[in-house]
Amino acid sequence: MRVGVITFPGTLDDVDAARAVRYAGGEAVSLWHADHDLKNVDAVIVPGGFSYGDYLRCGAIARFAPVMQEVVDAAKKGMPVLGICNGFQILCEAHLLPGALIRNHKLHFVCRDQWLKVENNETAWTSRYDKGAEILVPLKSGEGGYQADRSTLDELEGEGRVVFRYVGENPNGSRNDIAGITSANGRVVGLMPHPEHAIDALTGPTDDGLGMFLSLVDSVVTA
Amino acid sequence: MARVVVDVMPKPEILDPQGQAVANALPRLGFDGITSVRQGKHFELEVADDVDDATLAKIAETFLANPVIEDWVVRRVEA
Repeated sequence: MRVGVITFPGTLDDVDAARAVRYAGGEAVSLWHADHDLKNVDAVIVPGGFSYGDYLRCGAIARFAPVMQEVVDAAKKGMPVLGICNGFQILCEAHLLPGALIRNHKLHFVCRDQWLKVENNETAWTSRYDKGAEILVPLKSGEGGYQADRSTLDELEGEGRVVFRYVGENPNGSRNDIAGITSANGRVVGLMPHPEHAIDALTGPTDDGLGMFLSLVDSVVTA
Repeated sequence: MARVVVDVMPKPEILDPQGQAVANALPRLGFDGITSVRQGKHFELEVADDVDDATLAKIAETFLANPVIEDWVVRRVEA
């Protein structure tokens, strides 16, 4: 299966995202922000970093990149899409996921290994986890505070669309301790922490993040 | 050409950590009596005469502001 990994100007984590795809048995395909071309991939990862320097708002300019218009069209037809960190911000700006991410409540850039609770294991990206499992992956962001209005939060909670929640002290002021959410069809997932940095105990705190990429490979094989 | 100003502010119900940090710094600097600060963005656009208000509103709503977390106001001003 072919998994596209987008590179924008200022993207940092495309190499680790592609490595995670290969660890899970997929083929990583580089996608370029300026191309109207998804190269026949089966899924797309929008990786972390500081696309377009985070100018205006995080993700606000990347959202209008030619490749993102293709991603939005493909996601609406059911293609699995994963946004990590800056990628999550971009998916929110692109309205593939509801809400927005703002400056951390204590203003500090947070860089640490973070425990997350898996709240939903029925998405295209989380089927390998047990519901309620706790995983340890890096979190590294300055604007990770998840915000949405009350009705949107109620909808997310009511439909089980909170995928990951922070365990312990809330690191960034996210409403309801939300670390990651999914679209109504469970195909698009966004989260602030970095599963692609935790796929091998040699290079990360754990290999807990690998399950997201294995889940994707499973979902496309079974589809 | 006309000058257009777009002011973008965090919605009242959205936490504004930057504004709070500024507000908290003021007493330390010896400025008393300021009870609240909200921090936003101010854009100045030089606009051709044939750009209409609907277009300006679309620019503000879809790009300069994120309506999920921010309110915006467009004003035409004397250049």
